[in-house]
Amino acid sequence: MRRNLAIVPAFDEADAVAQTVAAIHQWAHEFDVLVVDDGSTDATAERAKQAGAAVLRMPFNLGIGGAMQAGYIYALEHGYEVAVQVDGDGQHDPRHIGDLLEALRADPELNMVTGSRFLSSSGHGFQSSAARRAGIRIFSTVVSAITGQRVTDPTSGFRMTNRAGIELFARDYPHDYPEVEAILLMHAHRLRSCEIHVVMRPRLTGASAISSTQSVYYMVKVLLAVFVGLFRRRPTIEPKDPPAVLAERAI
Amino acid sequence: MTSITLQRGLAIALTFGLLLLVFELVRRKRLSERYAILWLLAAITLFVLAVWKGLLTSLSSDVGISYPPSLLFTVAIGLIAMILLNFSLAVSRLSDQNKVLAQRLGLLQQRIEESAAGSTQPAAGEGADAPRLEQAQPVATEKLSSSR
Repeated sequence: MRRNLAIVPAFDEADAVAQTVAAIHQWAHEFDVLVVDDGSTDATAERAKQAGAAVLRMPFNLGIGGAMQAGYIYALEHGYEVAVQVDGDGQHDPRHIGDLLEALRADPELNMVTGSRFLSSSGHGFQSSAARRAGIRIFSTVVSAITGQRVTDPTSGFRMTNRAGIELFARDYPHDYPEVEAILLMHAHRLRSCEIHVVMRPRLTGASAISSTQSVYYMVKVLLAVFVGLFRRRPTIEPKDPPAVLAERAI
Repeated sequence: MTSITLQRGLAIALTFGLLLLVFELVRRKRLSERYAILWLLAAITLFVLAVWKGLLTSLSSDVGISYPPSLLFTVAIGLIAMILLNFSLAVSRLSDQNKVLAQRLGLLQQRIEESAAGSTQPAAGEGADAPRLEQAQPVATEKLSSSR
């Protein structure tokens, strides 16, 4: 068995998921592929299985956070050393997986490497709409200020973590729109992360998980989570804790 | 004077009715004790305030409320807000637990399918295992949803 796992969250991506799985197999030989089918109503799981991926089928739509966490639990239980998130819709180019792995291996202190669209000033490739970029810039400013480290693309889901990151995310992962909070979670646990430049593509199929009305909720929810998180002296969940039912501890 | 006693009578009847309703729901096990406690606290408080006229009047004059029933409403709103917050906590806890259950279900199902696929490959005759395991999933979800 390989030591590295590519986790592909997919919701109704039957048209793109097989292509994504095949591309990962082609460009990242040393990676097993796990597709987390987040309650799809189409043939996503079947297509992924035919393409040679292991498939986790969620009984209903959990949202990206819950689905990703299931992937990290899988990685933890199967003893993977490295896990990389690759979106099922084709936005993340599997050719960059090797770059991420190289960056992660180059520095043994490093726990997470994120592929950023905005790191290079040349700015080629898919960069999202102007409104979304403005939102990303707000997150970027906030996250950079809190972590004391420049974070250019806090909403990028194209990330690779080592074993410590897998153990953390398997136990505690934000519910919805998890990317921004996940960086801060890493920071709170004193795990180190960095960014490398990647080129992203426009999605192959499906609409973005975030419509324009939802994006307002997205901003408010994430900023609230970030703000409240500032008042937590210590992380709520320690790496050795059992999976989180966070509300159980409240009041 | 009769209008005031009518008001009080109504308040007493309503709050006592609430008390009885909560008690009856717990007796029939339709309301769990865990959530009944707050409701009972609310119903008893309101009932005491409705019955004990002097308490409401003196309390309201103490805090500078000239119309005593206003105090009753204020207390009632406060208690209801507490109960609602309690519900939001319960919903958060349930959705967290629900997420963990769904993840476990997906992981277990994957494991079962994997081992079923592994055991059927050498001996094709045992292929009957796989469909039976497929059927196990809806049963499990049904149990979850009915055991609220």
